[in-house]
Amino acid sequence: MAVNIPPADRKGVLIELGGTALVVFALTVSLVGFHIKDISGGITLDLRFVDVASAVAIAIVVRGWLILMRHGHYRIVTVSAAAVAVLLIVSLLFGGAGVQTWLPFKAKLLQWLLAILSAGFAVGSAVRMAREGRPAGSAQDGAVPDEQAALMDRVSAQVQRNALWIGAILFLAAAVFPFMPGVNLQYLDIAVLVLTYIMLGWGLNIVVGLAGLLDLGYVAFYAVGAYSFALFASPDSPLLQDLGWTEGVSFWLCLPFAGLMAALAGVALGFPVLRLRGDYLAIVTLGFGEMIRVTLLNFYSLTKGPDGISNIPPPSLLGYSTQSKMDEETLENTTEFHTAMGWEFDQADTTILLYFVILAMALATNFFTVRVRKLPVGRAWEALREDEIACRSLGINPTNTKLTAFGFGAMFGGFAGSFFATRQTFVSPESFTFIESAVILAIVVLGGFGSQIGVVVAAFLLIGLPEIFRELQEYRMLFFGGSMVLIMLWRPAGLLAHREPTIRMHGRRARASTGSGG
Amino acid sequence: MTAAAGDSVMNGSTGNGSAANDRADRRPLLTVEHLTMRFGGLVAIDDVSFRAEDRKITAIIGPNGAGKTTVFNCLTGFYKPTVGRLTLQREGRMPAYLERMEGFRIASEARVARTFQNIRLFPKMTLLENLVVAQHNKLMRASGYTVRGLFGFGYGREEQKAVEQARYWLEQIGLVDRADDDADSLPYGDQRRLEIARAMCTEPVLLCLDEPAAGLNPRESADLNALLTFIRNEHRIGILLIEHDMSVVMQISDHIVVLDYGRKISDGDPEFVRQDPAVIRAYLGEEEEEDLPDIVRQDLSADGAGGGGDRP
Repeated sequence: MAVNIPPADRKGVLIELGGTALVVFALTVSLVGFHIKDISGGITLDLRFVDVASAVAIAIVVRGWLILMRHGHYRIVTVSAAAVAVLLIVSLLFGGAGVQTWLPFKAKLLQWLLAILSAGFAVGSAVRMAREGRPAGSAQDGAVPDEQAALMDRVSAQVQRNALWIGAILFLAAAVFPFMPGVNLQYLDIAVLVLTYIMLGWGLNIVVGLAGLLDLGYVAFYAVGAYSFALFASPDSPLLQDLGWTEGVSFWLCLPFAGLMAALAGVALGFPVLRLRGDYLAIVTLGFGEMIRVTLLNFYSLTKGPDGISNIPPPSLLGYSTQSKMDEETLENTTEFHTAMGWEFDQADTTILLYFVILAMALATNFFTVRVRKLPVGRAWEALREDEIACRSLGINPTNTKLTAFGFGAMFGGFAGSFFATRQTFVSPESFTFIESAVILAIVVLGGFGSQIGVVVAAFLLIGLPEIFRELQEYRMLFFGGSMVLIMLWRPAGLLAHREPTIRMHGRRARASTGSGG
Repeated sequence: MTAAAGDSVMNGSTGNGSAANDRADRRPLLTVEHLTMRFGGLVAIDDVSFRAEDRKITAIIGPNGAGKTTVFNCLTGFYKPTVGRLTLQREGRMPAYLERMEGFRIASEARVARTFQNIRLFPKMTLLENLVVAQHNKLMRASGYTVRGLFGFGYGREEQKAVEQARYWLEQIGLVDRADDDADSLPYGDQRRLEIARAMCTEPVLLCLDEPAAGLNPRESADLNALLTFIRNEHRIGILLIEHDMSVVMQISDHIVVLDYGRKISDGDPEFVRQDPAVIRAYLGEEEEEDLPDIVRQDLSADGAGGGGDRP
């Protein structure tokens, strides 16, 4: 079991380990090492160099395992990783407080992740050992990463092909989710949030995934939708007060209006940027997003600027308000849904209603996108993404095609914005910063351009996980960034990047038998 | 020799004799008059006039940088010509003036389709999708500009027709089996032919091909010749062709226009052009150095080598 790395490589290995340690040290010393803590009467700097040292040590060990695996020493990796994993798991499960102070980091979740990481190494290298043990003793890798990439390609191709089944199962799961035992208000809230981002991702997917127009200002349409909605729905809105209306307009009337306004904003953005592509387009859309936010912030007479518009009612149901009378004095002459049904008011019921509203809206977005891909306009979007000049030579009007893509994408952003307004009951420009655009775009990119199920998976990863990982506190964003980097290294085109043709001549079975060579 | 060349230039700019005879019974499909294209101070095309007949293959040839692709770009709306009139005769309708039309309308309304020197397929879409996208405008109307199509009223039948049209062209280029593969998975020669098939799916009256034989091996070139002859004979449309491969040009062209330095230097049938001294001079260089004064000859030998490469 001696480690025999060729002498020529030893220096390289040392440099590699040292480099890793240095990089991890540089990253963690400021992010983790210094922690500003609130104490009564001020703040104080908390130095946590033990955590930095643990991070560096972990990085060296993991890198060491990787190096050993590269040189074919699978047995050492398997044994040591398994030992570490077992040690961690045992002390996490059965160790008292005394034992657990010896473990790196304080967050339980991180310790569990370390255990899972070690276990993963142990299993991975055992599998690798078993696989290479059969044909040749020390076959070098090189084919292995390709193999993994090909595996993931196959997985995404399968997912896309069986999208109907997976979609149906996901839909059923989503439909029964609020009634599952153990689902509390917190989970429902997270689910509503994730669904909002799924819808935004699907909306942006039309612009970025299908039409290939990189839009960094998608949040602008979200904002336009939210504000168009709030201005008519909230009894507190300056617009309604100017008009002399005392009651807000119903959710179901404001919703299409907000979508329309957002679509108009999309077309308005589309016109000046028709000639731009790629980076240039991205910069202009980024600027557009900021313009909308700054306008909302400063147009005080209409938007109440940074104060925002509050008192936005939740969606009504069958003509009945779903608010509780306790919240609102103005609602005295309206009948609430729960009274009409003879139920007790329960906040969870309102959240369940919101959940189903956003589920229906997201599904409508998905239905639209899936359907439109098979229509000429959808194919024209994709063709435009592939080659604009060729499109022109085939008589496709690039102006109209781009504008419809911007318009439709913005419309769904506007719908999502209305939902956001009604859920929060309050809108202010603070909710529509660039980081929102970046997150939505990250969902689309991570899921794989144009992949509908990819967006769902990515929204869970990017929105759901950080919510669940709240325990990690400030490590959360570090973890988030790290996993993004890993995924981009592993699947640069996105998790489920596979394009399923919109139309087939020979059907799927034929492809499986004849098209394997191509 | 100089006199003969001058004669042919004169002949060219006023219209070829044989074309003038045809004029009585049939108007030419495409008439290019005094086409000039300047980029700042650079004159890429200088007062070029020619005709392209219906059901004929017209080839535009000339050394590198002669302005052939610029002519194509003017014809298909990628450039607005500085001067000139480009008239396309249409059956039962007013003629179309291409120089006034927006780029995509030249394809959708005047029905001039083109291919590109560097292939421009939709690489990540399948062959079938490439051909169906080419029928965009027809399908767009059938889908009620998306509104009707979203709910699937009556659109399916039209799409089926579009697929049949695509299948027909895939059969012509022998790629039916690969209809569901991505376009970028095809070998180069097949990509060239797919691009022609895609252009044909727009149901053009004039097909402009920019170096369709570039990079093809002799067998693929022969296939291409057969395809182009088939399109001319069976679909009865005009073909305008830029080509360097003389085996293609001389075998299938009915008519050849020769450009050099943005000017037309010859215009006629293949036999005429092949023997035209102006063409020979443009391709092979000057012969009659003895006519030149001493000082000119010295200058020529000093920088003559670089002369060919410096052309814009």
